[in-house]
Amino acid sequence: MKKTEVLVVCTHQEILNTVVRLINSNIEMSAIGANTLEQAITTFRSANFDLVLVGAGLQKSEETELENVIKKLNRETPIVYHYGGGSGLLFTEIYQGLSN
Amino acid sequence: MSQTILHKAATRTLADHGWLKSYQTFSFGMQYNPERIQFGALRVLNDDWVNGGKGFGEHPHDNMEIISIPLEGALQHEDSLENVAVIEAGEIQVMSAGTGIYHKEFNKNRNEPVKFLQIWLFPNQRNVIPRYHQERYDTLMKPNQLTQILSPDKDDQGVWIYQDAWFNIGKFDRGIKTDYQFKNKGNGLYVFVIKGDVKVNDQILNERDGFGIWETENITIEAINEMEILLMEVPMNY
Repeated sequence: MKKTEVLVVCTHQEILNTVVRLINSNIEMSAIGANTLEQAITTFRSANFDLVLVGAGLQKSEETELENVIKKLNRETPIVYHYGGGSGLLFTEIYQGLSN
Repeated sequence: MSQTILHKAATRTLADHGWLKSYQTFSFGMQYNPERIQFGALRVLNDDWVNGGKGFGEHPHDNMEIISIPLEGALQHEDSLENVAVIEAGEIQVMSAGTGIYHKEFNKNRNEPVKFLQIWLFPNQRNVIPRYHQERYDTLMKPNQLTQILSPDKDDQGVWIYQDAWFNIGKFDRGIKTDYQFKNKGNGLYVFVIKGDVKVNDQILNERDGFGIWETENITIEAINEMEILLMEVPMNY
């Protein structure tokens, strides 16, 4: 079974680690984290992701730049803004992002 | 024409972890119900019961306005901003998680459960500086009146948050009627019945029912019997 590949972007390293760990605890999903805009763009270019989850910490201009790069590289990849920082809303956000 | 949505208490999801029983109005954790995601900016309404001495270990939050209202018992709170506090019934606590905050929360008492509402609202701006605040409201309450306990204004009564939302709480005797006036046009009102039975416009609600109403200006609340309610006015578009 193909796993849902998720790129998580968050500048707060501990929260990033937590969110990646939570996603990887779901056997249907696999996550990689990036804690800077540059790392997020590099990582996105290096693999195919089903969804990008944008957590806390990027400047608004960085969020816009990331959106533009992702849309240019793969318009189909949903970009979802993550709220809450933990498990509370995480899977609903992913399922909603994929269903949209 | 007003719009409404009814969430009967029995339709909430129960997440039973033994030490924690969480009755969840909206999708939370591993539970995903596309029909039950949010009411406007109101995203989480968990009715939590935590056994004596138990609680939530250290965990992170970001970009969310997190409000706790103990109904019975007391919660011990500690966070990465070095706040150490106890909140008990009659108080309200808010954390603006912003760029990120860690906290843990435990039942202060070893021999009795703590029952509290855990409420999350989407903020009106991302990546704010995290903050914590708590206030006592029960000393402000008057019989058969609503008491404001939350607003977006630092100088207004109650705690404040990064969202154009207002919370009121009230205890009413049987037969008492009151009206609610919206603070902001375009907002909706989510009514949560803490105790007793109540009629909101033409809708009868029982204990722990939730009822959302929007696109209306007039809301009349009538106590069918002795009751306690929490009113949450929130933006429907945010």
